[in-house]
Amino acid sequence: MNDLLALTEQILQVSLVICFIGIAASLILLLYQVMIGPTQPDRAVALDTMGINIMALAGLLSISIVTSKLNDVVLLIGILSFLGTLAIAKYLEKGVIIDRNLE
Amino acid sequence: MYKPNDLVLRTTTSLIAFILLGFAIYLLLAGHNSPGGGFVGGLLTSGAILLMYMAYGMEVVKKIIPINFTLLIPIGLSFAVGTGLGSFIFNVPFLSQTFGYFHLPIFGEIELATAMIFDIGVYFTVVGVMMTIILTIANDQ
Repeated sequence: MNDLLALTEQILQVSLVICFIGIAASLILLLYQVMIGPTQPDRAVALDTMGINIMALAGLLSISIVTSKLNDVVLLIGILSFLGTLAIAKYLEKGVIIDRNLE
Repeated sequence: MYKPNDLVLRTTTSLIAFILLGFAIYLLLAGHNSPGGGFVGGLLTSGAILLMYMAYGMEVVKKIIPINFTLLIPIGLSFAVGTGLGSFIFNVPFLSQTFGYFHLPIFGEIELATAMIFDIGVYFTVVGVMMTIILTIANDQ
């Protein structure tokens, strides 16, 4: 029984490292996309996906250092990323983020 | 004239804004012993108000929330300074804090700390500063 526990622990650690590397590579590629992105909507989508990847990073970190305190952080990053994406999308579509008066 | 269609944004904003405000209050109350505190709570509250501003425009939200956000900064700062000065009444050093266990009708036995009042001061200050910055930039012609 103890052997099985040690084995699952090892599998968890290895998969965690693989996930960290994968998400780090994804973040670097997305940063490249943000920099070169042919059109502005491409950059907006890349930034949104970066937010999702950072959420995943925080979640993986809370698995790595065994704690549940980072759950609020994941939610917070998600909300702030959503607000940022919303502002960029509105800027791209209307050219203004907070309108003076709507109709 | 091209007219953007933001029906989805407006409908979800009326729901999401209140979830954000509730989460902000949770973060404000959860501080001191777990992640959270006045700063994050204020940041999230200003995020919720910003979401309403983005969805409904300046004039409408000014009618809904008739608060002068600049006025929140001195209120919050006086809260925070008052917490520090209050420690002189009990003849202890500046910004000393204490806590006690109280029995409230609905919540049962809870721990109340004077650091909470300081956090509320930080909360008001952050909301005031963030909204002032954002609205000042947005008003720029």
